[in-house]
Amino acid sequence: MNFHSDFLTQLNEADIFVKSEDISPNLELWQIDDKHWQRFAELAAEKKFRWAAGFAEQSGEQFYIHACFEKAGDYILLRATINVSKAEIPSQATVYAAANRSERHTHDMFGIQFLHHPDPRCWTRHKAWAKHDHPLRNDFPVQGFPVEITPPDTDYHFIQSHGVGVYEIPVGPVHAGIIEPGHFRFQAVGELILNLEERLGYVHKGTEKIAEGRTPESLAKLAGRVSGDTCVSHAWAACMAMEQAANVEIPKRAALIRGIFAERERIANHLGDIGAICNDVAFTFAFMQMMRLKEMGARTNYELFGHRSLMDKIVVGGVALDVNEAAAKFILTDIEQLRIELAEIMPALDLNSSLEDRIYTAGYLSPETAAHFGALGFVGRASGQDFDVRRDAPYAPYDSVSVKVALEDQGDIASRFWVRYKEINASLKLIEQFIGQLNELPEGDLVTNWQTPKAESFGLGIVDGWRGEIISYVRFGENNTIARFYPRDPSQLNWEALEKAVLNNIVPDFPVCNKSFNCSYSGCDL
Amino acid sequence: MFSLFKKICTTGIVTENYKAAYDEELETLGIEIKRRIDQKFAGSLAIRQVDAGSCNGCELEIHALNNPFYDVERFGIHFVASPRHADILLVTGVVSRHMQTALLRTYDATPNPKWVIAMGDCASCGGEFGVSYASCGKVSNVIPVDMTIAGCPPTPLVLLKSLLALMGK
Repeated sequence: MNFHSDFLTQLNEADIFVKSEDISPNLELWQIDDKHWQRFAELAAEKKFRWAAGFAEQSGEQFYIHACFEKAGDYILLRATINVSKAEIPSQATVYAAANRSERHTHDMFGIQFLHHPDPRCWTRHKAWAKHDHPLRNDFPVQGFPVEITPPDTDYHFIQSHGVGVYEIPVGPVHAGIIEPGHFRFQAVGELILNLEERLGYVHKGTEKIAEGRTPESLAKLAGRVSGDTCVSHAWAACMAMEQAANVEIPKRAALIRGIFAERERIANHLGDIGAICNDVAFTFAFMQMMRLKEMGARTNYELFGHRSLMDKIVVGGVALDVNEAAAKFILTDIEQLRIELAEIMPALDLNSSLEDRIYTAGYLSPETAAHFGALGFVGRASGQDFDVRRDAPYAPYDSVSVKVALEDQGDIASRFWVRYKEINASLKLIEQFIGQLNELPEGDLVTNWQTPKAESFGLGIVDGWRGEIISYVRFGENNTIARFYPRDPSQLNWEALEKAVLNNIVPDFPVCNKSFNCSYSGCDL
Repeated sequence: MFSLFKKICTTGIVTENYKAAYDEELETLGIEIKRRIDQKFAGSLAIRQVDAGSCNGCELEIHALNNPFYDVERFGIHFVASPRHADILLVTGVVSRHMQTALLRTYDATPNPKWVIAMGDCASCGGEFGVSYASCGKVSNVIPVDMTIAGCPPTPLVLLKSLLALMGK
């Protein structure tokens, strides 16, 4: 076991003893004593590990606390066990800023105290449940104790500013556009943003709680609705976790089809957002052209697979339907068409000086800040974070192709814009390769027979969705039911990076800065 | 600039013709209308969309209504930034308890006469999320609803036909 053996030695020297266990080729479970939780984070930070996810679960009279770390495509799932009667553990948010909101979420949902946490405010909890109630504890009923009308959360203490000419702009939760609800609190002087604070949690729908007791099939459906624009990748991550727990390997054909679906999802969202960024700076030509291309993709999906955004096409053990020869041919023709269209449209965007004027240098996220918050996907990659699960921790079908990762370090809106364009091109090539491989395979099974996993078995599904790395944790209970589901959408980390990227921009540029990140509210609030 | 105009000209007009759904078609499309818009208000509709706890799937399809294929504005339908300008609240998602007051206030802020559309399975019947400690379930559990549109999410075509049927067009 060479899995970071020098790190293990260093931990031993610090009197932190690790019980390690292989889960998959690039994932190990490391169990440590809860009192070393923070010290571990300090040592991991020195070793340049990235903090990727944090979540807890209850097993009888104990809580398992998890934190997931990544370095160069190797993942460590760190676990400590504490008693429900003494639910406290040192915070890792003092070391990793990325852990901040995640720990606050865990506190709200389980009542676990993170000692010395830099921010004691609640995060996910508004007023739908009482301060001393904790929805994810076993003794909390799924129906809770609701009052007839849940009052608004008016006690949240936003950062205040004082001084002549400083004023505050509250925005949301109901926004002016057709977008999800959330609250933004700006402190501004003139048009300049001094500070932005996000207050999310408005679309908390109890996803984690209502997942409990479901069948694997039903969980795959729910996972597809964690964030509706990422239905393929979220369902994939959840299914991957369940398949890992049950030790089920999906057919090669199914893996290729999952890859095709996921890349089509990436292309559709990137096209839409490139258009929407242009729309936010009133460049209607690009908006309409991109919306047209996105619609054409959605129609192809509908015609071939019966759903415009491919919802419920990823099922546990494989995929719901085949990409047959005719469908593959259709997709390839579509790709050719899209390439021709983009070759005509993108130069017109590149040469447009008013677009250039709005998106260059605006919404700058430095590589240091991106690394600090663990920014993922195109947000991270436009700020020099050279990471892509598909390349660095490849899973089928990406292990059979070479994935080219678009990378820039300019960090502004333009950089995110062009990284997305490059990703579209890379995805088109990937789909062609997957279809090439698909054509060489004999027609065969699309789903592997499900085997009921042992109670307590768990899996961690890690895939690269269009927003970036998705981590999905599933633990099974008795009789093939789900005991715990936690999806970590990349938005959870990117939201915090957005707060920093808008600093010193003007308030009217916030919408376009926000659109260039396009974080999910639903995927973050759960 | 030349390449831009060239692309506009070569793309041409992609907008398609649509008619309102017939009464019998409504059922097959999963549309249920409880109260149509009075004829005198049906010339143009201002819609305020409210995401009350959706997964963002419905929002993508509402966006699609504004693309050049559907071009919803030619029917006099437009999306507005404030409930105070709206005739219709288009509500998506189950109503999360954290959004309950916000939705009630948005409803109160919309001037009469007003109509409420519950769009998608979550909004019309609770869908995958239903009622829980965090969710009030379907929209009609919180505010009166005049039309429901089934689908997860409903396609822009169904959505467009619903709106036209609501207007009696």
